[in-house]
Amino acid sequence: MGDEAIALGAIDAGISGVYAYPGTPSTEITEFIQKYAPEVRSRWCSNEKTAMEAALGMSYAGKRALVCMKHVGMNVAADAFVNSAITGVNGGVVVLAADDPSMHSSQNEQDSRFYGRFAMIPILEPSSQQEAYDMMSYAFDLSEKMRVPVLMRVVTRLAHSRAGVATKAPIAQNGLNPETERTHWVLLPGNARRQYASLVGKQSDFEASAESSPYNTFAGNMGEAKLGIVACGIAYNYVMENIGAKSDIAVLKVSQYPLPEAQIKALAARCESIMVAEDGQPFAEELVAGMVGCDYPLLGRLTGNLPRMGELTPDCVGKALGKEGAKPYGTAQNVVARPPALCQGCGHRDVYNALNKVAAEYPDARIFGDIGCYTLGALPPFRAIDSCVDMGASITMAKGAADAGVFPAIAVIGDSTFTHSGMTGLLDAVNDNANITVIISDNLTTAMTGGQDSAGTNKFEAICLGLGVEPEHVKVVVPIAKNMEEITRIIREEIEYKGVSVIIPRRECIQTLNRKLRQKRANK
Amino acid sequence: MKNDIILAGVGGQGILTIATIIGDAAAKAGLYLKQAEVHGMSQRGGDVQSNLRLSTEPIYSDLIREGEADMIISMEPMEALRYVACLHQNGQVITSSTPFKNIPNYPDELSLMQELNALPNVTALPIEDMAKDGGFAKSANVVLLGMAARHLGVLSVEQLRESIARVFASKGETVVEANLQAFELGVKAAE
Repeated sequence: MGDEAIALGAIDAGISGVYAYPGTPSTEITEFIQKYAPEVRSRWCSNEKTAMEAALGMSYAGKRALVCMKHVGMNVAADAFVNSAITGVNGGVVVLAADDPSMHSSQNEQDSRFYGRFAMIPILEPSSQQEAYDMMSYAFDLSEKMRVPVLMRVVTRLAHSRAGVATKAPIAQNGLNPETERTHWVLLPGNARRQYASLVGKQSDFEASAESSPYNTFAGNMGEAKLGIVACGIAYNYVMENIGAKSDIAVLKVSQYPLPEAQIKALAARCESIMVAEDGQPFAEELVAGMVGCDYPLLGRLTGNLPRMGELTPDCVGKALGKEGAKPYGTAQNVVARPPALCQGCGHRDVYNALNKVAAEYPDARIFGDIGCYTLGALPPFRAIDSCVDMGASITMAKGAADAGVFPAIAVIGDSTFTHSGMTGLLDAVNDNANITVIISDNLTTAMTGGQDSAGTNKFEAICLGLGVEPEHVKVVVPIAKNMEEITRIIREEIEYKGVSVIIPRRECIQTLNRKLRQKRANK
Repeated sequence: MKNDIILAGVGGQGILTIATIIGDAAAKAGLYLKQAEVHGMSQRGGDVQSNLRLSTEPIYSDLIREGEADMIISMEPMEALRYVACLHQNGQVITSSTPFKNIPNYPDELSLMQELNALPNVTALPIEDMAKDGGFAKSANVVLLGMAARHLGVLSVEQLRESIARVFASKGETVVEANLQAFELGVKAAE
């Protein structure tokens, strides 16, 4: 699997730590390292920002660190990420962002390459599992040579696709070698200006590295051609699948950024037009347009030759190249969508049953949801939540709505999401004595991504009390059908309490529980 | 020589195990392989699919082009139909004939089976009942693999047998034996 190739590449590149919060499609990277490299520090972090910062600390100490997250995690890590380009690094740092074009399991399809350009650092984008493996050691070397973090961007199709990978001899971890130059790391304005000037100065090195990169190469027609294609990352595969190795189309494969301007201009000079094929947003297309000039015929997602949104496929790339495949059997009639659902026996089901029962008594009730399995409570038969935006937003949106006069304003958040980004919002609510009811649906795991450890397990009551929620308004219940009367009574009471109350329905995730039972039987 | 396969089913039915067995056999045989799957939300009772590509030549795309799949292997009849647009003119459909109804608007069973059986190369059998009757209820997916075995082309039935033994080895001899029996049942049933 692509994720496993990345993990193995990082292990063999001598990382001392991986810092990550689970998120599809990046989760398996850290899981692989946890399983196969006990010498590497690998425990899950509370969120992507704490992960990025810890990695920077490890780099400060001279060692190599990998940070992994899904694309939206980049938003959470952004403060630390952007400023890590200003401090620069000591030990190598690679930030792995797994994008999800087509939103297979995400709320948007933002393209992490924008973050790399925003932070003004090199970006790598492998086209295959083998390249993902090989690029890891290349990325760490580049990071240490240029003394900046390097962003590696992959997409779902690479992260979750399997292929054979040839490995190389692993290298040893760096020794402890803490940074001694304080001015690089204390970003007071005077230092920060010098550091930023240094980063700006490095841009020509980054460009030169991309121009001579082993990962940016010409393929197909090497002479004059009607059409040239700039194929970024995995898009290269879809292009080659359609045109084959011997083609009259000229191809520039791009897997290292900043975009190699000289190579792109050379391609433009020997072609009559250029197509930019890239998965995600039209990031390269806009930049290539600036390089070749506005009169040059350019095709891509912005011109409608490729779809404006959604992941690329061999079909849509084929269509753009005038090679539409035959569909001998058309599309079947007797097929309907089969959306995912909460598992039978899941505690979230009992929570929503109780909540729906009480909410029916309050026609103005609004229930603010969050990110996790329990987001599926938006679908039938529950249709229980009114919003789901970003990690932790349930509590803060409920607060804002309560401030505006919504009553009752109820937040539903999972245990892992609460410690990721819900705690600070709860503190805001307590300080403002907001009239909200928060339900922390605790299944003792990060269930959505396959059951990783949850940072706050066994600590939730203490956290809520510590943040200042009144002790008599922190209630724990067990979400099973026979407790329905008790649960609905408590929800009713806490809605009627004018202030912040927290209800914690706690029952282990049915998937994690079953896995443990199976493991137990197997060990017998 | 290549074989492009769409694996389909509902989360939890075991299609990724089929992919693991074929993948193991392909790796052992020195074939090129790409297998794309989507996890995450689809684990929870939603539809799951995987594009499995085997070839004696290097493979570029992780995804199969429409109209070019040599085979659809499906644990569920409606899920088999979902991917007919991917199927090649001479493509095979190997599927369970037993609907898995976890949605309120599941199509009319009769029309569904009529549409399925109108395709030229269909093998549809009640694999779950077959596995239950055989005493290996948990191995319906391996019965299905057995049904597909002789159409795989780039891999032999014997190579798949060896993979089953390897893939299930960590679960003990009883599990290996049950799965080999399930496989044989599938192979015979599809003859």
